[in-house]
Amino acid sequence: MTTSEIKITPELIRAHGLSPEEYEKIKSILSREPNLTELGMFGVMWSEHCSYKNSKPILKLFPTQGPKLLVRAGEENAGIIDIGEGLAICFKIESHNHPSAIEPFQGAATGVGGILRDIFTMGARPVLLMNSLRFGSLEKPHNRRLFRGVVAGIAHYGNCIGVPTLGGEVYFQNCYEGNPLVNVMCLGIVNKDAIVKGKASGGGNPVYYVGATTGRDGLGGAAFASRELTEESQEDRPAVQVGDPFMEKLLLEACLELTQTDALVGMQDLGAAGLTCGTCETASRGHSGIQIDIAKVPRRETEMTPYEVMLSESQERMFIIAKRGKEKIVEDIFTKWDLHAVKIGEVKDGNEMRVFEEGRLVAEVPARALADEGPVYRREEKEPGYLKALQKLDLSKITEPKDFQEVLKKFLSHPSIASKAWVWQQYDHMVRTDTVFYPGHDAALIRIKGTQKGIAVSTDCNSLYCYLDPYEGGKIAVAEAARNVACSGAVPIGVTNCLNFANPMKPEIFWQFHRAVEGMAEACRALKIPVTGGNVSFYNESPAGAIYPTPTVGVAGLLENIENRVPSFFQNEGDLIFLLGETFEEIGGTFYLTVWHGLEQGLPPRLELDREVRLQEFILEQARASRLVSCHDLSEGGLALALAESTFNPAKSMGAICDHLDLIPAKIREDALYFGESQSRAVISVHPEDKEAVIQAAQHHKLPIYLIGKVDGNLLQIGDRIRLSVSELRSLYENAIPEKMKT
Amino acid sequence: MYNAKINVTLKKSVLDPQGQTILHALESLGFKDVKKVRVGKFFELLIEACDRKTAEEKIKEMCHQLLINPVIEEYTFEMGEVK
Amino acid sequence: MRAVVVVFPGSNCDTDCFHVLRDVIKTPVEFVWHKEGNFPKTDLVVLPGGFSYGDYLRTGAIARFSPAMESVRRHAAEGRPVLGICNGFQILLEAGLLPGAMLRNKTLSFVCKPVWICVEDTHTPFTQKTQRGELLQIPIAHGEGNYYCDEETLKKLKDNSQIIFRYCSEKGEVGEAFNPNGSRDHIAGIVNERRNVLGMMPHPERASEAILASEDGRKIWESVCL
Repeated sequence: MTTSEIKITPELIRAHGLSPEEYEKIKSILSREPNLTELGMFGVMWSEHCSYKNSKPILKLFPTQGPKLLVRAGEENAGIIDIGEGLAICFKIESHNHPSAIEPFQGAATGVGGILRDIFTMGARPVLLMNSLRFGSLEKPHNRRLFRGVVAGIAHYGNCIGVPTLGGEVYFQNCYEGNPLVNVMCLGIVNKDAIVKGKASGGGNPVYYVGATTGRDGLGGAAFASRELTEESQEDRPAVQVGDPFMEKLLLEACLELTQTDALVGMQDLGAAGLTCGTCETASRGHSGIQIDIAKVPRRETEMTPYEVMLSESQERMFIIAKRGKEKIVEDIFTKWDLHAVKIGEVKDGNEMRVFEEGRLVAEVPARALADEGPVYRREEKEPGYLKALQKLDLSKITEPKDFQEVLKKFLSHPSIASKAWVWQQYDHMVRTDTVFYPGHDAALIRIKGTQKGIAVSTDCNSLYCYLDPYEGGKIAVAEAARNVACSGAVPIGVTNCLNFANPMKPEIFWQFHRAVEGMAEACRALKIPVTGGNVSFYNESPAGAIYPTPTVGVAGLLENIENRVPSFFQNEGDLIFLLGETFEEIGGTFYLTVWHGLEQGLPPRLELDREVRLQEFILEQARASRLVSCHDLSEGGLALALAESTFNPAKSMGAICDHLDLIPAKIREDALYFGESQSRAVISVHPEDKEAVIQAAQHHKLPIYLIGKVDGNLLQIGDRIRLSVSELRSLYENAIPEKMKT
Repeated sequence: MYNAKINVTLKKSVLDPQGQTILHALESLGFKDVKKVRVGKFFELLIEACDRKTAEEKIKEMCHQLLINPVIEEYTFEMGEVK
Repeated sequence: MRAVVVVFPGSNCDTDCFHVLRDVIKTPVEFVWHKEGNFPKTDLVVLPGGFSYGDYLRTGAIARFSPAMESVRRHAAEGRPVLGICNGFQILLEAGLLPGAMLRNKTLSFVCKPVWICVEDTHTPFTQKTQRGELLQIPIAHGEGNYYCDEETLKKLKDNSQIIFRYCSEKGEVGEAFNPNGSRDHIAGIVNERRNVLGMMPHPERASEAILASEDGRKIWESVCL
């Protein structure tokens, strides 16, 4: 039985994730019943993953305009921002959560492969990778296995392809038990005049398929159902996609070489929804029709149906639209790289997408309807009932610790805070010889050879804040990622986000999603950083429950002159240490409350955006004036942890005596002063000669500034509650994860 | 046509850290009676040759030229005829 | 002085070496695609790091059959310098231009970090501008840098002073604690008997500019590009 003969039943429609109303819409588009291949194509293209049907109305809240934007969010695979001197950056973050939960090594590796293709598809050379990883507690062997596998998978792919992986963030929280998050970000650099669009235009232009062969990998549950109908064995169905970074390296080099010629019309990677997505999206963007013959698609398995070929998500495949008459240029370049480019069809006038198999028409759909006219829903939302109670925190019941030193030591030994060197030493973070700040700094920093410029990148999200108050949490995620970038001396210029949430059909979850996006959007507007794209990942839950809302934010920043970069660590004995910003009695949702008191409750800290703007403006101005020797933002763990981390200079530990906490005028509990997480704060160190100039500049910006101590000796002293040797602290910090991973 | 199955392992004199790690992991899973683990590679190839002896010669040649590194590795193989 | 950097499919430190030679050391340099059997006339050949052929089969095992390797052999046979870095070192071993072989790191994982190495011998084109016993901080980045050779070979390497770099502490102490991959006798780099072919695991191109963590690697480039 062939797929075209299979009768479309309500069960089959449901198995493709389509509602009866959506099916009616498909029938009215086609003016007939779809065949199974067409049903499969609509099923994947109208899924949340490809169409954003549930999230689109909310994503519209993000500001996506900016004077430097060359390609806006949603127009292409990733947004592009002009950075001057004829150059532009292109960046995006994406999730690979579910594949990584099943097979951590290959799941994470193929996630890296996918995000790299998103970037080089635009003609940009990928220059850095980052990631945001979240797991359950490392006390459990299963979570250690996931952690080890994910890190090794990322290392395997990134190292082999030769793009440095500059760390990112790793958290261990119980809410990710059974549903780890693997969010990977890539940034590329492109010459403004070499930007490639994912479009198919110009009737008669040839369409090429190049890269790995097509197999049955990645076919989803719906495809499974269809397969049963065709009575084929399921035994040989690969459960997970396997990445081939060597193939991707060849594709990367060949595609970038192709962008230097005049033979290219458009380019698109074949990722989610595979050939279906590649054909209909490029045709829709190019306002054209398209025709392919899938008999020409190189395959690794026999007897594949048109349905399977069109929906396969085999990795490392590209879709190239060339200029008619320039076929030889394209073919020669791929041959040079030992790749075989196969002409599988051509661009057509009109707007129909036609799929043939050896001359027999197997699918015919208007490209635009499939790619861009999917349904859009405004889902129901409702504030979760538990929230009000959870936000209450009676501080009188929270007793202050007797020994603050023990608190700091516990922080440093916690895997979420401890050094991640165990992770990033497995990543080649130096290849390309552009890495100026190694992982461990507030932001990763690379130089751009041949210019004075640098690019700083940071990823961030405090998901507990988002759980307790999604709006404030969303705001803080953007502000903190931008603050990290600013602390390195770079001006934040763009945001990408990966919105990890649970089931959006639940009104409480959708409410979290909506509120978090509202908060993020407000912060983006205040900080004047447009959103350039990203990804939504729903259904992140396990039998244990939903994950905390985790809208991971990636911010890219530009340093016009890399000589003005600011490290995160103290550098010289005798430098003065200042605290910037106001400290309030904010203990709700803090790391301190979580790990010392075992409570995940209260209102998280409030973020006032005008304070944040003033802080970042001041830091950037002082960085340009070369007055900041170091700058480190305050986040989890508050002032005490920020000071401790500042002493961990990778080249040489630096002690600090901060015995002037009394100058901070806040009348608050001592634990809030040491460990509270009030926003819009940073610790800077400054040469004594610059003392007055820095204080005056802060006053000019109406930014509170307190001289709390100086860099000195080999002890860390904070007020009269903490006095510990830096080497002892550093050893806790550096050994925590390796110790846990020994077993 | 001949079907050759080639097993490649590290030479006995060469430390095999993968094998040791796996041995350790097996022990911790309760497989206390495992005394030694050596990790290797396995190749399966179909080869056209006029007779068995020629096929064997070819296999040996391939092993020495490419499939193994004689400094650290050694190999064994079995061969069967396929019709 | 002219140099070429050989590019294999999967090389990924090729542009880094090219950059240092051209922009830092100011030496004329060209890329040579691995399919080119005949080199342009050159004084120095660099085999860069990376994952040639994806490191499939064994590191460097497939690259050694590239047409360009014939030229590399001829070049080496004429006594002119060949520098193999990381994957380049692995290729030289597989090609038999240097003795020994590479095993997986003793930790079984890829490791990328700055390490200290000690210059053991200065009578090579690559170390002539360094001092014997000089300590250099240069990053490593590899999963298979665990150098292995048999007793007899090791004795020969020692007798002929072919061991050029050893891993050490920042004070110059040699020992297990400072050996990142388990290599035999803490070897980080060796030369052939004729002393014109050097293989080393650390990446000098990653430590040749002030803006990067160390500039110690430049001494190697300056020695060979004299």
